[in-house]
Amino acid sequence: MIASKYIPCIGLEVHVQLKTKSKLFCGCGTEFGMPPNTQVCPVCLGYPGAMPVINKEAVRLTVMAGLMVGSQINSWSKFDRKSYFYPDMPKNYQISQYDHPLCVGGEVAIPLPHDGEKKIRIIRIHLEEDVGKNMHFQNFSGIDFNRAGIPLMEIVSYPDINSPQEAYEYLLALKRILQYAEISDCNLEEGNVRCDVNCSVKKQGDPNFGVKTEIKNMNTFRGVFHALEFEIKRQINLLEEGGKVEQETRRWDPDRNITTPMRTKEDAHDYRYFPEPDLPIIEISRATIEEWRKALPESPAEKKKRFIKEFGIPDYDAGVLVSERYLADYFESTAKLSSNPKMASNFIMTEMLRLLTERNISIENVKITPQMLAELIKLVEKKIINSNTAKEIFVELFEKGGDPCAIVEQRGLSQISDASILDEIVDKVIRENPKTMEDIQKGKTAAKKFLMGQVMKISKGKADPLVVSAIIDRKIQMQK
Amino acid sequence: MSTLVNDISKMTVSKARQLLESKNISSRMLVEALLAKINEIDSDIAAYIDVDAEYALKQADDADVARTKGKKGKLLGVPIAIKDIINVKGHPCRCASRILEGYIAPYDATAILKMRNEGAVFLGRTNMDEFAMGSSTENSAYKITRNPVKRDRVPGGSSGGSAAAVAAGEALAALGTDTGGSIRQPAAFCGCVGLKPSYGRVSRYGLTAFASSLDQIGPITKNVEDAAILFDVIAGVDAMDSTTVDVPLPSLRFTEDLFNLRGLRLGLPREYFVEGIQPEVKNAVQSAIKVCADLGAEIEEVSLPHTEYAIACYYIIATAEASANLARFDGVRYGFRCSDAKDPIEMYKQTRALGFGSEVKRRIILGTYVLSSGYYDAYYLSALKVRTLIRQDFEAVFKKIDAILAPVTPTVAFKIGEKTGDPLTMYLNDILTAPANLAGVPSISVPCGWSSDGLPIGLQVIGDLYREDIVFRVAMSYERKRQENKT
Repeated sequence: MIASKYIPCIGLEVHVQLKTKSKLFCGCGTEFGMPPNTQVCPVCLGYPGAMPVINKEAVRLTVMAGLMVGSQINSWSKFDRKSYFYPDMPKNYQISQYDHPLCVGGEVAIPLPHDGEKKIRIIRIHLEEDVGKNMHFQNFSGIDFNRAGIPLMEIVSYPDINSPQEAYEYLLALKRILQYAEISDCNLEEGNVRCDVNCSVKKQGDPNFGVKTEIKNMNTFRGVFHALEFEIKRQINLLEEGGKVEQETRRWDPDRNITTPMRTKEDAHDYRYFPEPDLPIIEISRATIEEWRKALPESPAEKKKRFIKEFGIPDYDAGVLVSERYLADYFESTAKLSSNPKMASNFIMTEMLRLLTERNISIENVKITPQMLAELIKLVEKKIINSNTAKEIFVELFEKGGDPCAIVEQRGLSQISDASILDEIVDKVIRENPKTMEDIQKGKTAAKKFLMGQVMKISKGKADPLVVSAIIDRKIQMQK
Repeated sequence: MSTLVNDISKMTVSKARQLLESKNISSRMLVEALLAKINEIDSDIAAYIDVDAEYALKQADDADVARTKGKKGKLLGVPIAIKDIINVKGHPCRCASRILEGYIAPYDATAILKMRNEGAVFLGRTNMDEFAMGSSTENSAYKITRNPVKRDRVPGGSSGGSAAAVAAGEALAALGTDTGGSIRQPAAFCGCVGLKPSYGRVSRYGLTAFASSLDQIGPITKNVEDAAILFDVIAGVDAMDSTTVDVPLPSLRFTEDLFNLRGLRLGLPREYFVEGIQPEVKNAVQSAIKVCADLGAEIEEVSLPHTEYAIACYYIIATAEASANLARFDGVRYGFRCSDAKDPIEMYKQTRALGFGSEVKRRIILGTYVLSSGYYDAYYLSALKVRTLIRQDFEAVFKKIDAILAPVTPTVAFKIGEKTGDPLTMYLNDILTAPANLAGVPSISVPCGWSSDGLPIGLQVIGDLYREDIVFRVAMSYERKRQENKT
């Protein structure tokens, strides 16, 4: 195979919207989906005389991201102006960070296809402001500046990524980390995460990188995956045909599934970076960094290890449960409140995830609290209800919430475990279905299930299946 | 009426405050008299590019009503002229440029807000060099302002309109801005007092930026006391401008300190008294130095060795910052837009080609060039290093002395049109003033004499960072002594 002769080298620049109430340099709100130009002021519109004032929370969140991936936090950092003209850019320069970013270095672990993990190194993490959004109508264009000035953190990786799948895993891992530390919602629909991709290919064994192209501004993880699949093939084909890869910026066309040229190296911008004179240098003391470090949440990987050890759940389950911060928190609360981590995990892995997918809602919005689920688990444990009844109650709690004990009591859903009562029902069922006993004795196992089902029907699902099964077995023995 | 107009046009802020407080005069009377004066002479002087008489009178009436209700304010009812580069809510702020035609400021600059809170009345907007780029106010897109002292002369710049308005009695006082000398040089040319505060003393929020690391707002007034009054109102740390400093304001002691300079050591930088300074200017400044010595100051020569690089350094840093600051004027959101362009790029080009004057374009091009890749290190980075050296020059000198005395300008006011053809000669006007901006230190220009053809000469007093108190003390003591000597 030709492709196996080549190694793709991929570096990602990921822009993440920080979870702040106000913009990076002014007091305007950051709420998504507001009517155009309603969250603007002289500062974020670039009016004459308006000046930026740094949002300290944005600095803290960026540093937290750095701490999460093991970056070195610079003791001082500064902002720079990056100049280029574009209608959606109010000042025609963007306030960004050039040579003294907040964070340097670090790494993000991604799982390898079969086993183990790989570390993708981070070059730097810096803070900058977002631009507005051009909107085109039939006879005119407009610009919505609500997004202008929203804080973006840019995370730049080394070209350590060697396949579209690794790029995808890297983005998932980043998202998980950032959600964990409540640095960003990472809501892709709201454009919280956008990505520029640098991609080159080189022959196996070649110590040098190939010529790279940059694919700009992708906003879905799948898009990154497909764009890279296309771009890698394109570059390999070019080289195989004896051609050369041009250093250029390309654009991803998701409708046609291809990348197309945007601009070549010759018309690359000269951004003319220089220090932003309106903002003082940012100094962060060691003490502050240590204070923030103490507030760091456990990383997903650490949490997974702890769940396996502390709760004795399987590796796979732990992996699923830690994939989202809220899911992990939900599980941990339920496990502790119910003192039955295994059953808590089972309920969440099966019933909960199924319903979340079916109803397309996220776990923060469900009505059933960890307390409710823990109560439900206790009812099953004490054999007051059986698992089928529990599943039905779960659906009800998921939709409406409520007290599981009260529901069981009001509707008389308690399980019947009393052998004398169940014995009578089993006798009745056998009397009405004499042929079935014969079938059982002939070795037809399905026949026993039929008997069980009849008992359940009469008991309105409340019979303890284990007790019923034992009674039937005993009767068969007796008849022999 | 005309004697009243005459009296009022000569009045200082401190005098007007006394008369307002004692209810011997109303704010309406002040404003009406100044409007009459403007009506009478401004068609010739052209100090203002916008006067909103109705607005000025309304503010005056409000101030008068407020006073009857017992309201106090450091500037209650005092009319002040504002340079066209400082935003006043609801009013034009064109920076004397075509590109801001039609722009109405949606907010008050912090300095304006502070004055408004003290009851000031905003009289009108004064002419200037477009975006404060110039030393003669000839670069205004609207008018050429004449020097009221001698009308064939420039008033200086870029705050030439503010200085001319004060000198001509069309305002009691004015606000200007100073990036490389734009308050002090016109004050010297027109015979006014002009203060450039320490960098970070007065909020720049709402001052349309020319060179952000150098710009400061300051007063242009008829005497030093007025400058101190206005400074006291507009100075102070501001949450909207992160470059303002939280250093306590100097308390101005109007006591015997103002009648002597005993215990103060004043330095004369030898680099400021070189060839190229007009003999009459040098003589006037030397007489002023003698007056200071008579007042008890110790005078000694000092050296600011990197002075000769200041102009080159200044024009690199200022234009670099300006090239970014002025990028926002693109016709997209406000101001002038060339509407018959086919696409956005064409619209930018046409808007900026038609909207900016030639000096502004020259500086944008220069600033863009010095920041370009391949040239950055040679120009911009070198200039930053030189700036540090210049700052260190001042730091070293202020370890030994309390203030510097120097001329403000090499020459007295030149003729209108005399230097317009030669930008480099024009740039040399800033040679004695720009170093204070580069170092961030406070500096005042105070009148110290006259040339043989009747033009004012200014004495510059430069203080250490945040020591406006010493600057005021030296300038005020000198000013009083000079008055005494005259009478």
